[in-house]
Amino acid sequence: MGSETLLFYAFAAVAVVASLLVIAQRNPIHSVLLLIASFGALSGLYVLLDAPFVAVIQIIVYAGAIMVLFLFVVMLLNAPHEETDFDERVHPLLRPGPMRFGALLAGLLVAELIWAIDRGPETVEFANRSVSSVAEIGQSLFTDYMFTFEVTSILILVAMVGAVVLARREEPDR
Amino acid sequence: MVTLDHYLVLSAVLFAIGTAGVFVRRNLITILLSVEIMLNAVNLTFVAFGRALGSADGQIIVFFVMTVAAAEAAVGLAIVISLFRHRESLNPDSFTVLKW
Repeated sequence: MGSETLLFYAFAAVAVVASLLVIAQRNPIHSVLLLIASFGALSGLYVLLDAPFVAVIQIIVYAGAIMVLFLFVVMLLNAPHEETDFDERVHPLLRPGPMRFGALLAGLLVAELIWAIDRGPETVEFANRSVSSVAEIGQSLFTDYMFTFEVTSILILVAMVGAVVLARREEPDR
Repeated sequence: MVTLDHYLVLSAVLFAIGTAGVFVRRNLITILLSVEIMLNAVNLTFVAFGRALGSADGQIIVFFVMTVAAAEAAVGLAIVISLFRHRESLNPDSFTVLKW
């Protein structure tokens, strides 16, 4: 096994285990920290895929900005433990109603997706030409995807205004 | 030799974990985190396909997905904060009425 294969399996294992632990935690702070670990592993996979730009913005934007926002809200609300109306000692997958059904549905989904991938063309080798240059991505972003890029900026503005309006405290005299 | 299929299977597993998280957890913040896992699984697919086809488009779409994820997280967490102010709870089952 080459070192690339070994690294792939190592990063994949970290990503899957950390993601599983994210949904197995009852304390949201632990979930957020484990998700950061999962994003770090995904960033390593992007490096293996010759995409250093995506690997870097994965760390800076996702693990840095978005997860810190989550962590901030978790600490602001100060509601660490998930309250439940059933016995907490029961394993999550054995709990009543939608939870068990949802877990079953997720298992079915992964089986179906793997079946669909298996039916595809035999083994797709990666192209020899890789796109790792940030200059090329930037060139494409500001020519072919110019309109999408501008729309994205409007989306960010709308999200910012929306977040301010939604989280605003109602004035007492209204 | 790591092929495209390896990445696609990994991405399918991560997506299913995210789906399971949305169903299994009863905490609005963990549900939003599960949605982030699903978005990341799709990002991995985009980058892997971009690498397989030798095209930069996959990485550019990931850039846009991350922007949408940031907007979604900001608005979603604002909604969570304003819901928490009303009910002092993060359990989605306590928000089953539209008006109170």
